[in-house]
Amino acid sequence: MAEPASDILDLADGDAAALITTVERTYDNLEILRVNMGPQHPSTHGVLRVVLDLDGERVVRLRPVIGYLHSGKEKIAETKTYHQFIPYTDRIDYLAPMAYNTGYVMTVEKLLGIEVTERCAWLRTILCEMARISSHIVFYATHALELGATSPFMYGFRDRELLYDLFEEIAGARFTVSYMRIGGVRRDATDDWLAGVRKFCDYFPRALDEYEALLTQNEIFLQRTWNIGRISGDEAIALGLSGPSLRASGVAWDIRKSHPYLWYDQIEWNMAVEDAGDCYARYLVRMREMRESLRIIRQCLDRVPKGPVNIDNPKVMLPRREELRHSMEALIHHFLLVSEGFWPPAGEVYHAIEAPKGELGFYLVSDGTPKAYRLKIRAPSFCNLQSLDRMCRGALLADVVAIIGSLDIVMGDVDR
Amino acid sequence: MNEFLIYSLITIAKIGVVFGLVIGSVPVVVLAERKLLGWMQVRPGPNRVGPWGLLQTLVDAAKVFFKENIIPDGVEPLTYRLAPILVITPVLISASVIPFGPPVTIAGREITLAIADFDLSLLFFFAVATLSVYGIVLAGWSSNNKWSLMGGLRSSAQMFSYEITLSLSIVGILLTSGTFRLTAIAAQQAGGFWHWNMFLQPLGFVLFLLAAIAEVNRTPFDLPEAESELTGGFHTEYSGMRFVMFYMSEYSSVFVMSSVIATLFLGGYNPPFPYTFGTSWFDGAIGLFWLLAKIGALVFFFIWLRGTLPRLRYDELMMLGWKILLPLAFLNLIVTAILVALNWPGWVLGLTGVAALIVTDLVVSQILWRRRRAAG
Repeated sequence: MAEPASDILDLADGDAAALITTVERTYDNLEILRVNMGPQHPSTHGVLRVVLDLDGERVVRLRPVIGYLHSGKEKIAETKTYHQFIPYTDRIDYLAPMAYNTGYVMTVEKLLGIEVTERCAWLRTILCEMARISSHIVFYATHALELGATSPFMYGFRDRELLYDLFEEIAGARFTVSYMRIGGVRRDATDDWLAGVRKFCDYFPRALDEYEALLTQNEIFLQRTWNIGRISGDEAIALGLSGPSLRASGVAWDIRKSHPYLWYDQIEWNMAVEDAGDCYARYLVRMREMRESLRIIRQCLDRVPKGPVNIDNPKVMLPRREELRHSMEALIHHFLLVSEGFWPPAGEVYHAIEAPKGELGFYLVSDGTPKAYRLKIRAPSFCNLQSLDRMCRGALLADVVAIIGSLDIVMGDVDR
Repeated sequence: MNEFLIYSLITIAKIGVVFGLVIGSVPVVVLAERKLLGWMQVRPGPNRVGPWGLLQTLVDAAKVFFKENIIPDGVEPLTYRLAPILVITPVLISASVIPFGPPVTIAGREITLAIADFDLSLLFFFAVATLSVYGIVLAGWSSNNKWSLMGGLRSSAQMFSYEITLSLSIVGILLTSGTFRLTAIAAQQAGGFWHWNMFLQPLGFVLFLLAAIAEVNRTPFDLPEAESELTGGFHTEYSGMRFVMFYMSEYSSVFVMSSVIATLFLGGYNPPFPYTFGTSWFDGAIGLFWLLAKIGALVFFFIWLRGTLPRLRYDELMMLGWKILLPLAFLNLIVTAILVALNWPGWVLGLTGVAALIVTDLVVSQILWRRRRAAG
């Protein structure tokens, strides 16, 4: 079983004075070198700080120190109306804002008891899978870069641009899209846009083949990732791992399958599961997931119906801009929604979706006012980071970089 | 003019040419690397400064000249200052034995186109080139930075391990050519590319190439720097001109090492097809051209590797060095010795080397494959 949680989260001696001490004689009479990795380090995905106890180059103990990107998003949610919080969800996992938008608005819709239109749900499915691909591309790119291969990085970012062009076309922003709305989306997708997505689906498998040609059978890559950072399925569950990192340990758990939302139960696709639980398995799972995502998007494109994309509920959705000039009613709704927000029923809901990095859950407590009483975000990167110490014990310093990369964390998601 | 003066002038001219080439190669190689990597990675590379980005490295150099030389707190001041010098000096000295053209006759005087031409020039090269590891270790140790220290330690271990392979893999050439003198080794490979030692010593060539990449700290063996692990390794704490010296030594050692590989295995200054223009100085210039062309090809190869491969891990690097490359170097030495003693023709030697390479590749991949399959 895993190490006791108290050991992993023990930050008692993590104060500055202890960290400055370079060499100290500790347990087992080993000469332990305590190294501070990050928050300014090229391979810590932003501002993760890791305190390493090294015996030579071997990791005796590792403690992640987080909070350098903390921006109090959960607290902000209590001071903003439900609509106003949508842009903040972009910035939690800034590599998959579409998925985070979706997760959040679906939670609020659950609270309100709203059913979105069929077309909207299909669009959301497409966009969530596009977010998954763009997030996994960044995983591939940065993971390779951390292992010293520079070209995959550029190839990955080249192809992510195509996705971002599509995001820009539909949402107006490339990075922080803020596209989803409670009860619908920002604006409807055009047929041109859907054709553009299809074009991407036709192109991307070739790019994936190129990616895999560079790394999958590369002997050095295998040496760096195979049997590194191994974690069993039981341990992974005990440490709260989710998403591709959990599926790489042989646990067939995917919220899209186990608790289907949107149209995932209407579509044929396979869950990518590997047994080994090492960095290589985590890599393979993500590579396969990208292909599965393409499959899902293709089926969605075939089945997107015509029709309205937003629900017809002026108490929740902002009226269309043109209506404001003619309709007094619309103007009043607009004024109320913008100045005050809507009044949901009191109660609490939890909604989880399978974000690219794992289970993304929003636990929302409403006291019936236009602002959330409490919003707890179950961020996948934060929970996945717990297993870092377990994976890194006994590994070499260079493996730490590989393992952090294979966990695919985003600090915005960890610190929120 | 007396003899001594003429001799001195010629030597100074040669020094000018060689150091001009070695130092002058740095901006060229840096720019070539950035441009080539750019093209390999579907981006344009530097293209702002000067036509086609040609002045980029010069501007970078000028910028760095004006940077402050920061000496962080707690460093060992003497060794910290000394280290960059210790790194770059051996590289420059080792360039002195490389023949950059065939002997030319000017005004009835035969001139050898190498600054120093003596019997043990090859040994001299290795003896001096290895010294630069002291600079790296000292830089890592005196920086008062744990990452630098690890970079320095990795570097020393790596250098010691690969130095042995590097030296052993050329013993085959020594046996076939019968001399330590680089000019003589280069001269023996005249008369077309089929005379190059590469074909006589394929195994030795591959081993030397791999060890040389490790020796000059290039990807996939760039562990001492390992920017994604050690944040730059031994030169993390350096800035300004001292950093430039590390940078220059890295790229000039790529150039020097390429020229040694070219001289030992690729016929040095000899053209791939035998021809001569009859004019001695012109033949010398053509020789220099061919040497530079071969160096260029090797530098391209180094850059290509960097654009393709991830970095090896420290223990894997050691395993590769001690368990695979070193035994192969011994094998190469023994087989070459036997075949030379039996006086067998060169093509037997070449075929044996190629066979050994293929067999090794198969065996190693089999072992790795089996191990992976057994572990699931």
